[in-house]
Amino acid sequence: MISADLNIILPEIVLAVFALLGLLAAVYTNKDGAAGVLVWLTAALMVLLAGWVAMSGDGSTNIAFHGMFIDDGFARFAKVAILLSAAAVLVMSKSYMSLRGLLRFEYPMLVALAVVGMMMMVSAGDLMALYMGLELQSLALYVVASLRRDSVKSTEAGLKYFVLGALSSGLLLYGASLVYGYAGTTLFAGIITTAQTGGASLGLLFGLVFLISGLAFKVSAVPFHMWTPDVYEGAPTPIAAFFATAPKMAAMALFARVMHDAFGQIVSDWSQIVALLSLLSMFLGGVAAIGQTNIKRLMAFSSIAHMGYALMGLAAGTAFGVQAMLVYMAIYVTMNLGTFAFILLMQKDGAPITDITSLHMYVKAAPGRALAMLVLLFSLAGVPPMLGFFGKFYVLRAAYDAGMTWLAVAGVIASVIGAYYYLRIVFYMYFGEERSESLDNQNGGVLTVVLMASALIMVVGVANMFGVESMAAAAAASLVN
Amino acid sequence: MTVFSFYLFAISVITGGLFTVISRNPVHSVLWLILSFLSAAGLFVLLGAEFVAMLLVIVYVGAVAVLFLFVVMMLDVDFAELKAEMARYMPLALLIALVILMQFVMAFGAWEQSAAAESLRANAIDPARFNTEALGLLLYDRYFLLFQLAGLILLVAMIGAIVLTLRHRKDVKRQDVVAQMMRDPAKAMELRDVKSGQGL
Repeated sequence: MISADLNIILPEIVLAVFALLGLLAAVYTNKDGAAGVLVWLTAALMVLLAGWVAMSGDGSTNIAFHGMFIDDGFARFAKVAILLSAAAVLVMSKSYMSLRGLLRFEYPMLVALAVVGMMMMVSAGDLMALYMGLELQSLALYVVASLRRDSVKSTEAGLKYFVLGALSSGLLLYGASLVYGYAGTTLFAGIITTAQTGGASLGLLFGLVFLISGLAFKVSAVPFHMWTPDVYEGAPTPIAAFFATAPKMAAMALFARVMHDAFGQIVSDWSQIVALLSLLSMFLGGVAAIGQTNIKRLMAFSSIAHMGYALMGLAAGTAFGVQAMLVYMAIYVTMNLGTFAFILLMQKDGAPITDITSLHMYVKAAPGRALAMLVLLFSLAGVPPMLGFFGKFYVLRAAYDAGMTWLAVAGVIASVIGAYYYLRIVFYMYFGEERSESLDNQNGGVLTVVLMASALIMVVGVANMFGVESMAAAAAASLVN
Repeated sequence: MTVFSFYLFAISVITGGLFTVISRNPVHSVLWLILSFLSAAGLFVLLGAEFVAMLLVIVYVGAVAVLFLFVVMMLDVDFAELKAEMARYMPLALLIALVILMQFVMAFGAWEQSAAAESLRANAIDPARFNTEALGLLLYDRYFLLFQLAGLILLVAMIGAIVLTLRHRKDVKRQDVVAQMMRDPAKAMELRDVKSGQGL
C-alpha cells in the first residue's frame, strides 16, 4: 500500500533526499566552498527530474495517500515548468552570488526544498496538503529573500515578506477551516461532492473568499500585491528572478487546482472574484510601473500585471481557460528568465546597476544584448510577432469565449498602457542620450546564453510553440472535466 | 454538569484571551495566556480528547508559555511605545474589525453544513479506540505524507535560523578536543630546578 504511494511521489522524495544529503556533505567537507558544485548538481538533478516527470505517467492520473496527492497531467506540466525554471535560475545566479560573497551552501539546498514544496503544492489533493506544500515553499523563500543579511534592504524584504506571508497563510487557513466546517472533509474530492449536492451555501462561499485571498497573496494579485515591489527590490537580483518564475507558476497552478478540483461545481461563484482580481492586477501593474526607474521594481509591477492576465484565463472557468493560463505562464516564465539574465548583466565596474537611465544608448555598447532585450520587451508588452502576444491572445480568447467580453476589452486597454514602460526602455537603449560612461561589457557566460536563448524562443516559438500548446491542452483536460 | 463546565471553561478562555491583549504588563499578558491555554485544555477534556488536552498543558503551558515568559522578561522591549504606535491606527482598525464582525454575524446566522458533513467528520476516527491510538493511526498512517512534510518544514526553519543568524567569529578562542588530547606532557611541561631565594 504505502510502497505504491511512495512510488508515485518518488521525484519529490529524490529531490528532498538530495537536499538533505547535500546539506550533510557540505557541512562535513569544506562548507561554502562546496556551494558552487552543489549549485551545478542541484540544477542538473532538477533538469533530470523534469525529464523524468515529463516522460512518466503518459496521461494517466495517479492518486496517493488517500487522495492527498494527485499526480495527473496538469501537475506534471506545472512540475516540469517549475523544475526547469528553478534550474535555470540556479545556473544564472552562481557568478552573481559568488562575486558578492552570497554563495553559501545552504542557498541551493533551500531552493531545492522550496521546489519540493512547489511540487507538493501543484499535486495537492487536500486542503492540509496544500497548506503544507505552501508553507514549505514560503518558508524557504523568506530565508533566501534575506540572504544578504548585512544589507538593511534585503533583511527588510525578508521580514516584510515573512510578516505579510504569515498573515496571508492565516487567512488561507481560516478559509480552509470554514470550508471544512461546511463540508466535513478537507479532501478536494469530498468538497466537490458536498458542493454539488448542497449547492453553494453561505459558509462555503465565506471559506472560498478567504481561500482566494490567501492564494491571491501568493500570486501577488491586486489588492494583495503590496509586498512584491519591495521584496523584488530588496532581495538579491537572482533571488528576485527566482521569485518571478517558479513560485508564480506553482501558486498559479495551485490556484487552478483548488478552484477546479474542489469548487468546480460552483464556477460562477468564484469566477467573478477571480475576474475582479485579474482586472485590478492588470491595471495597477500597468499604471504603477510607469513611475518606476528601478528595473527590479519595474519587473515587480510587470509581474503583477502578468498575473492579472494569467488570472483572466482562470476566471474563464473552462478547460480552455486553464489551457490558456498554462500557456501564458510557460511563456511568462521563459520571458522573465531572459529579462532577469539581462538585469544581472547590468553592471558598472562590477557593481550591479538597477537604474534604467543607465541604459541610454546601450545599443552602442552591446548591440547583440540590446537586440535580445528589445525582443523580450516587445514580447512582455505583447507586440504581435513575438510569443508574448500569443500568450495574451490566448487568455483574451478564453475570456471572450466564456462571455467575459468586458474583461477581454479591459485586458487589451491595460496592455496598451503597460506597453509604455516596456517601450520606454527600448527607447533609452536605441534613441537615448549619448553618455560618456556606459555599463560594463563583460563576458556574461551563462547569462548571455540564457538571454539569447530566451529571446530566440520568443521569435522562433511562434511557429508551433514547441508543442507547449498541445501539452497544456492535455494538462487542462486532466484537471477540468 | 457538562453544560455548566463548558460555559465555565469557555468564559475563562475568552477572559484570558481578552486580558492577554489589554493588560499593560507583558508578564501579566503571558499569565493570562496560560489561563487561556488551561481552560482550552478543559474544553478538550469535555470533548473526550484527553490526549490533546494533556498535550496542550504540557507543550503550550509547560514549554511555550514559559519560553514566552523568559523572552518577555529578558528582552528590553518598550511595550508602551509599541502600544502608542498602535493607537494611531486604532480607529481604522476598529472600523475594519466592526465590518468584518458584522459580516461574520451574517454568515454564521445563516450557517448550515452539508448533509454529509456530520458523518464524514465522524468517519475520521474509530470511537472504539483510545485517544492516543486513534491519533497515532491518523498521524502515522492516514496523514503520513503531511507528517513527513511537517518535518521538512521544521528543517527549513532550522536552516533558515542558522543561515540568517550564525556568524563565525575569528577572534574567539575555541576548544579543540583532538588537539588537547594529542598534547604531549613532555612538550606541555618544563621542569626547572629553582634555587631558594631566587626567581626564574
